[in-house]
Amino acid sequence: MSALLASHLPALTLPFAITLEPFTAVKFWTGVGILAATYTIFGLGLQLNVGFTGIVNFGQAGFMAVGAYSMGILVVKADWSFWIALPVAIMIAMAFGVIVGLPSLRLRADYFAIATIAFAEIVRFTAQNARGLAGGNQGIFGFDDQWNNVSDTINGWLESLGWSDPETLFPLFIVAWAVALILTAALYFVQRTPWGRVLRAIREDEDAVRALGKNTLAYKLQSLAISAALGAIAGFFLALNLAFLHPAEFDPLFTFIGYGVLVLGGLANYWGVAVGSIIMWTILEGSRFIDLPLTPEHVEAVRFMLVGLLLILLMAFRPQGIFGKREEMVLGE
Amino acid sequence: VEAGTVPEPVSQPLRERLRESRAARLAARYPERSAIAVIGLLVLFMIATKGAHDVAQTGLNGLALGSVYAIGAVGLTLVYGILKLVNFAHGDFLTFGAFMAFLVNVTWGVPLVFAIFFAMAMTALLGVTFERVMWGPMRARKAGLLQLLLMSIGLAFLIRYAVQYVWGTEIRGLDVNDIATVEFLGLRIGRTEFIVIIVGFAVLIAVGLMLKFSLLGKQMRALADNLDLAETTGIDTSRVILYTWLFAGALAGLAGVLAGAVTDVRPTLGFGLLLPIFAAVILGGIGDAFGALAGGVVLGLMIEWSTLFIDFRWKTAVGFAVLIIVLVVRPQGIFGRARAI
Repeated sequence: MSALLASHLPALTLPFAITLEPFTAVKFWTGVGILAATYTIFGLGLQLNVGFTGIVNFGQAGFMAVGAYSMGILVVKADWSFWIALPVAIMIAMAFGVIVGLPSLRLRADYFAIATIAFAEIVRFTAQNARGLAGGNQGIFGFDDQWNNVSDTINGWLESLGWSDPETLFPLFIVAWAVALILTAALYFVQRTPWGRVLRAIREDEDAVRALGKNTLAYKLQSLAISAALGAIAGFFLALNLAFLHPAEFDPLFTFIGYGVLVLGGLANYWGVAVGSIIMWTILEGSRFIDLPLTPEHVEAVRFMLVGLLLILLMAFRPQGIFGKREEMVLGE
Repeated sequence: VEAGTVPEPVSQPLRERLRESRAARLAARYPERSAIAVIGLLVLFMIATKGAHDVAQTGLNGLALGSVYAIGAVGLTLVYGILKLVNFAHGDFLTFGAFMAFLVNVTWGVPLVFAIFFAMAMTALLGVTFERVMWGPMRARKAGLLQLLLMSIGLAFLIRYAVQYVWGTEIRGLDVNDIATVEFLGLRIGRTEFIVIIVGFAVLIAVGLMLKFSLLGKQMRALADNLDLAETTGIDTSRVILYTWLFAGALAGLAGVLAGAVTDVRPTLGFGLLLPIFAAVILGGIGDAFGALAGGVVLGLMIEWSTLFIDFRWKTAVGFAVLIIVLVVRPQGIFGRARAI
């Protein structure tokens, strides 16, 4: 007993001893950065739906899966060019957005949430069981050859700029953040158009907008389809980051990590999404290095308990998030 | 359709005519009877095509599954009806119950009967605890729908990963005999499944009688139907809310133990059951306690009967399909009368 205590003593005296070394490593921040950019794009879709249209989409991981798997299947099984598969996969995800939204957007917000999470589970279940098409639990590999050529070219430039041994994934980091920032800016400006104002009006009072002669269902469908497209783009970066596709990567858990990102950054604020995503993934990935006397399995459990606790505490005490405006938090009723 | 003629699209007038047809009017007036009639026709069709034995055998499996769904669903629907809370953590209440039973039954070696009562008590306590520290205060602050939805998701993660922290991800089982079978009328079912059907239906009937005849049951249904109106008649709402959580928690714990007895015990047990339980709730009309009981049994039967026609690997998808179809076609549930949804 005393031997056991002694072996744990350093950790007990310094319960949150953190190995700081990984935090200075380029590799760590490249990994965190790619995940943060991926979930920025993912969260932008949620922001458009929840923050600016007032529809509670709980199926974003499903749209991400549709986009990523469409790309993977088109490239690996149908031998398409990676670059042509990307826009087609986005269009497939948007079509799914319309198919899912058309019947379910007529329902009340809580029914819509249940319907969309059911859709996401159907997609994941299909990916798991349709072995011929989606590879089942073996997953899909080998869709990223054409991307790897581009990645090597970018790393060649980095070397010629004087970085002797660039990170393998650094090109993905650059491209993911470039796309994330362009999309954030695009949504920021689109939100200021008349179209964006109609969405906000629907969020505030759908009946009033309908009384003004607007087809609110069409606007909500557009919002959901664009969100699905953003989910698909996030799915591409997820796929390139892992170099394979597996159903477990599209668990509903990831939709709600997306919600954590959304409410951390703040509702009704597009720039907040990136901030929320960086905070979330620094915590989630950094927690791997907290030097507690725990097994990796324990650490994983603690990480996701933290996600749960974060959602509860934010919703209880600061539902508008860090940068959100309280007066735009109108999903009451 | 003859060659050359274009099939007429389903236009608005046709839809109107369908809605005003005799059958549709009858269905609207007697939703329960027409639902039973449809299920009866379905059974006759299956007996005609697949034979009575197979239909009865898969039906028996369906009753075991359905009683788990029904017991899980009744608590979820009452919490929704009374508190307007879509509790995404309800599935993880089942997980919690199953692991409480595992603790008593396997770790401490106590017979399962006592483990069931312990699991029910602990899960009821869990429900009441979160009502006191979380849901009650949030209602007092008039929290919005999104806040409550995301808090229930957060709670689901908290419970699931706390369970995973303590017990790990390995697949465990309760101390039940999963080899012995019971045979009668040429049908064969595992003894554990058989006991689950008996216990499940005994509880379903008890819950139904309690809701129908006891004062508390009537008060619960009155609150679920119209909270303000119920309050003006002098019902002590805070007391009924507390009992609702005790009731929902205890039944969720029981459903978790029954599910753990027929399958296995793992941290994702309850989340896997959550969507079928939602399907049962919506099938029976959300907020309707009797509907949830019937919806759970009907869903269990449909899922098992579906294996007569499709590969059993896809039967989980049947639960999702029922959920989506009912939401789209009849969001008030098969037994419900049209209301604003």
